[in-house]
Amino acid sequence: MTTGALEALQVVVLLLVGGAATLVVAVPGRVRPVLALSFYGLLLAVLFLVVQAPDVTLSELVVGAVALPLILLLTIAKVRDPAPAPGAAAPGPPDQAPPDQAPPGAGQPGAGQPGQPPGAGGDGGQG
Amino acid sequence: MTPGQRRWLFLVGVAGLVAFLGWGIAGLPAFGSYPGPYGPAITARVVQQTNATGVVSAINFEYRGFDTVGEEFILVAAVAGMSVVLRRLRGERADAARDDPSDLDPSATDPSGGRRRVPVTSGAVRMAALALTGPTVLAGWWLATHAQTSPSGGFQGGVLLATAFFLVYLSGEFIAFRRLSPVDVVDAAEAIGAGGFAAVGVAALPLGLPYLDNYLPLGSPGSPGAVTSSGTIAVISLLVGVAVAAAFIQLIGEFLEQTLLIQRRPPARGH
Amino acid sequence: MACFPFAVAAWILACGLYGLVTSRDLIRTIICLIVVQSSTYVMLVAVGYVTGGIAPYFSDVAGHPKTVDPVVQALALTDVVVEAAVTALLASFAIQAHKRFGTLDPHDLAEFKG
Repeated sequence: MTTGALEALQVVVLLLVGGAATLVVAVPGRVRPVLALSFYGLLLAVLFLVVQAPDVTLSELVVGAVALPLILLLTIAKVRDPAPAPGAAAPGPPDQAPPDQAPPGAGQPGAGQPGQPPGAGGDGGQG
Repeated sequence: MTPGQRRWLFLVGVAGLVAFLGWGIAGLPAFGSYPGPYGPAITARVVQQTNATGVVSAINFEYRGFDTVGEEFILVAAVAGMSVVLRRLRGERADAARDDPSDLDPSATDPSGGRRRVPVTSGAVRMAALALTGPTVLAGWWLATHAQTSPSGGFQGGVLLATAFFLVYLSGEFIAFRRLSPVDVVDAAEAIGAGGFAAVGVAALPLGLPYLDNYLPLGSPGSPGAVTSSGTIAVISLLVGVAVAAAFIQLIGEFLEQTLLIQRRPPARGH
Repeated sequence: MACFPFAVAAWILACGLYGLVTSRDLIRTIICLIVVQSSTYVMLVAVGYVTGGIAPYFSDVAGHPKTVDPVVQALALTDVVVEAAVTALLASFAIQAHKRFGTLDPHDLAEFKG
């Protein structure tokens, strides 16, 4: 590949990486930034490839596409509150809105569970 | 301080930071004209000195091996800290790891308090995960043992090996994952990997060489980059691969256990 | 093009910092920390690039052609893997905070002492 074409490719991938980083930060909710992060990791791997760093590409690929989203999704699944009592609450909306706005009156110490019932899709995961 | 005020204060601060960054970036050499001196000095000598063609791994495990030992132990410390933080607290209980068939409910949408209603994993996911497990193990093993040849190395190979175990979990139940990677065995593997790295370095001392010197046979000079060449680099890469794989398996195993098994004990008045 | 990659690294850093400061959820804080760390990888690898250089592996090329700098690649490589472990540690703290205090909002968590 000629140097000029490689440089053009590098510029394009750098722009995509910058855009993806903005996306990760701008997307609301909990699960969506994790998916955006996975996509961002993929783009970073492509960037490292066109800057002639294949080892870093491999690392970023396995970590950014596998390990990090897995850890974060498991954390999200754990901190999603279980239904308060059997048969009490219907499944709530998918988890998008709440954690980014200030919950009114959430300043009380920890006894209650101020979250919502979990979204559709089964909370216990597979076992 | 209200969130709005916080935001303005942050914007002022980051403007100052970006100004500093811009000044620093303006003083850097232009992109693509890195002046050295370490890069060219190393690449000119690496094949004669270590008989390895993978320069990055040679740097990681030979020229800069001391730093890599430190990073390895950061990994061990992080896993140890996480195991301590995620211990089972008073007031929690662990469910059995095997699903009761009556728990599986294809139309489940929300969990109940005591029994879990678990949606059935789709057949496509299970088949794909099962099919990919073998090649992943192979690829991870290849990466961990070919550090000195081509773009590979212990760190990437280790994470890929751990991925194979996650695929086992995806294609089956958590208990399959647990049976394949019992906690004691994984703990021991991580200790062997990390301690082995340090031990390989220490073993150079009785030979009168500096710590982490490359004292194993370097292989024939006519075939640089062969799997059996480059002395301690290959051995260290393998040990690092084992340690990193074990560390990640432990990490994810702990998280899976927390998410799937450990529940808050129901309140005393019962459900 | 002379300083474009470094500018992109600075932009990623600024984005991550903004997300970090305005986050109302510990998980979002962790994600923004990851973004901030990744800006350092971009910076490192971009600093070591040499125009016309090949990747620093000699298994399939003869002689000693010009290569990009391998030292910064070695730094970035181990950095990426260790970051994942430290992120897992942070996530475990988030789980513990949720268990004890019931909330993941950093502004509310700041009120609990001891």
